[in-house]
Amino acid sequence: MLTCRDFLKELSDYLDESSDRKLRADLEQHITQCPNCWVIADTTRKTIRIYKGMDPYPIPADVEERLMRALEKKIAAKAH
Amino acid sequence: MAVSSLTGIDESTLVAQARENDPRAFSELVRRYEAKIFRLAQHITQNREDAEDVLQETFFKAYEHLDQFQGNSKFYTWIVRIAVNQALMKLRRRKTDRSVSLDDTIDTGEDTVTREIAAWDEDPEQRFSREELGGILDSAIQSLAPPYRSVFVLRDIDELSTEEAAEALGLSVPAVKSRLLRARLQLREKLTRSFKRKGDDAFAYM
Repeated sequence: MLTCRDFLKELSDYLDESSDRKLRADLEQHITQCPNCWVIADTTRKTIRIYKGMDPYPIPADVEERLMRALEKKIAAKAH
Repeated sequence: MAVSSLTGIDESTLVAQARENDPRAFSELVRRYEAKIFRLAQHITQNREDAEDVLQETFFKAYEHLDQFQGNSKFYTWIVRIAVNQALMKLRRRKTDRSVSLDDTIDTGEDTVTREIAAWDEDPEQRFSREELGGILDSAIQSLAPPYRSVFVLRDIDELSTEEAAEALGLSVPAVKSRLLRARLQLREKLTRSFKRKGDDAFAYM
């Protein structure tokens, strides 16, 4: 019988669907009987979903300009 | 450097062209990844000026060593590794009294904290405007210790595999996994304060 501690330890693999079949069945059985772990699993799954693929802020224009200018110099220096 | 004609070209072609000394191809690679590298550098250095240095140094190094890129990993994984090394060097220079690495022992006292146990709505993010949501998500990430933060950004935002993140960060696969678990649980904990279903409290399920 899995404890809540065991469940938490395996939570990441469970949510990534990378636990093996036997363990997955045990974990699923645990959450049907443990409302707290069910809530933790559900809210952690939502946490991952909300962040997934979040675009970075566009790079500030001045930062990009300095980067491109520095690279141009670098590339020109290499060409000579 | 106008490179819009290269936007649709796949990455391996661009890398091959850049290796043939086509500066436009290299600029396009830079354009594709600069914002992600800048975000990662800011997360590690926690300083915009350092992050900008890291950004430039990363693409300089990538340009210089393009012939060493094997092509058996993704180009992004390869430059992330360069960026992580540059960012750690920055941190080391800043804190000369001690060495810094992403392997630093972390205070794990609160590693699997689950004090906030309350259900969320199905789509709790709908309750907030884009700006509000962005603010909530950002400040939750900022509250993570840097070693958790970089693992979380690479695995769950940039969607690298565990193995790719391990390679990029120079960590073992088990280290990436345990940090990811802690990062996810800590973020869950923070977000629960904003996202829990109205009327629910921590003891509703006890």
